[in-house]
Amino acid sequence: MSKIRIAQYWGAGCGGCDVALLDIDEKILGVAEIADIAFWPIAVDTKLKDVEAMPDGYITATLYNGAIRNSENEYVAKLLRKKSALVVSFGSCACYGGIPGLANLTNAKDVLEYVYTKTPSSDQQHTKDPVFPQHETHTKYGDLEIPVLYDTVKTLDQVIDVDYYMPGCPPTTNLINQFLGIVEAHVKNGAPLPPKGAMIASNKTLCDECTRKKTVKQVETVHDAFEVDIDPEKCMLEQGVICLGPATRAGCGAKCLEGNQPCRGCMGPTDQVQDQGGSMLSALASIYKVQDKESQMSEDDILKIMAQVKDPMGTFYCYTMPKSIIKRAVKEKKKVKKEAST
Amino acid sequence: MSQVQVTQTEAKGEGEWEPNIIAFCCNWCSYAGADLAGVSRLQMPTNFKVIRTMCSARVDPEFVLRAFSKGADGVLVLGCHPADCHYIGGNYRTRRRVALLRMLLEQYGFDPDRLRLEWVSASEGAKFQKTIKEFTETIRELGPNPLKEEQEEKKH
Repeated sequence: MSKIRIAQYWGAGCGGCDVALLDIDEKILGVAEIADIAFWPIAVDTKLKDVEAMPDGYITATLYNGAIRNSENEYVAKLLRKKSALVVSFGSCACYGGIPGLANLTNAKDVLEYVYTKTPSSDQQHTKDPVFPQHETHTKYGDLEIPVLYDTVKTLDQVIDVDYYMPGCPPTTNLINQFLGIVEAHVKNGAPLPPKGAMIASNKTLCDECTRKKTVKQVETVHDAFEVDIDPEKCMLEQGVICLGPATRAGCGAKCLEGNQPCRGCMGPTDQVQDQGGSMLSALASIYKVQDKESQMSEDDILKIMAQVKDPMGTFYCYTMPKSIIKRAVKEKKKVKKEAST
Repeated sequence: MSQVQVTQTEAKGEGEWEPNIIAFCCNWCSYAGADLAGVSRLQMPTNFKVIRTMCSARVDPEFVLRAFSKGADGVLVLGCHPADCHYIGGNYRTRRRVALLRMLLEQYGFDPDRLRLEWVSASEGAKFQKTIKEFTETIRELGPNPLKEEQEEKKH
């Protein structure tokens, strides 16, 4: 039996996904039995030029983790697409933009400005002419180039064609094993692969998997998780802790909830929903307790109640902003126009 | 109504921007209110499109976000007055959702006034007219949907 070839690469991510693949323990031996590693910068010493020299479709499956937020991410994603038969969008950043996706609230210039001049640890806080990374630098030893940071963070499938999706921050060992099992069965016995576009996870919401007791299904006041003593048996939302379970895909085994922490939505929305944040916002608003004097309450009273949710974007779109319906922040032109007319 | 339309078309130069407003009306109160405004021949701007839903609580936040992403300049959500909901508590849910949605839209960079919630009963044709007039004026002041403008700039 000839071995298949696999590759893994990281875009805008933290490297946790690469480690997750190693976390499958002794099963990694099974991987080594059926597959050669063609390219995996974090584990094997292969260079980009080696990939460039490969014939098209040479790699059997590429697991790409991380979002696309600079020119290098995009170049390698496109290159690996060309060289691979299958591309798996691996982890929340590749599937939905993930935490780096929240950079869509701002733009590249502001991000660099903040990081290089405003962070408390920056020694350029009071510098007159602060130094920023430049795309091109000319030195007497030669010209240097670094990737261009984009204004908008994109998901992998917004840049290249993707065959399978495996969400999670990072994907759990269970999901990885499930996928490797499918690949192994295909390589060894010719078992069919799942249809293109398949999501390697459940299509139910997390509440279905969660074992906590749900009784009243109502929220009175919202708290941050650290402010309250969380009962490990009772539903998070009933205790006033925002848990994205009702709007999040199951498949992770409700690990965070087992650890007494609320779900933050890394598995993304189910197939039936396009906008995870909108879905969660709707769910939370529905279970907020209707007050006795509700009919006499003013809009301001309601606003006060809802303002308990301090950061709707960061709470509801923590992992999915680039995949949401609006995708990135916009700028109203009203003020600009008024200035122009005067 | 026809006269209003004519004057508007005349005032509207070639390619000049006109507000595009989506009004979600609940079946039991606001849609009937809109109907009353129509049969009473109350004059109002014609920049809005009515979408009837069974209840204002049927308006999924996704509908509103999609309206904005497809280029709507403003979204109106109209429902029964508090304590009047055909489904007892639907409008209370809507009220909470709209409050949260306005906070969210502000974080996206939109002016939250582009989304408005108003109660219009079946007998309030005049209030429907007033709401439409006021909201069209608000949107006219705010200008085109910034998301649509950015998309068009990219095309050029």
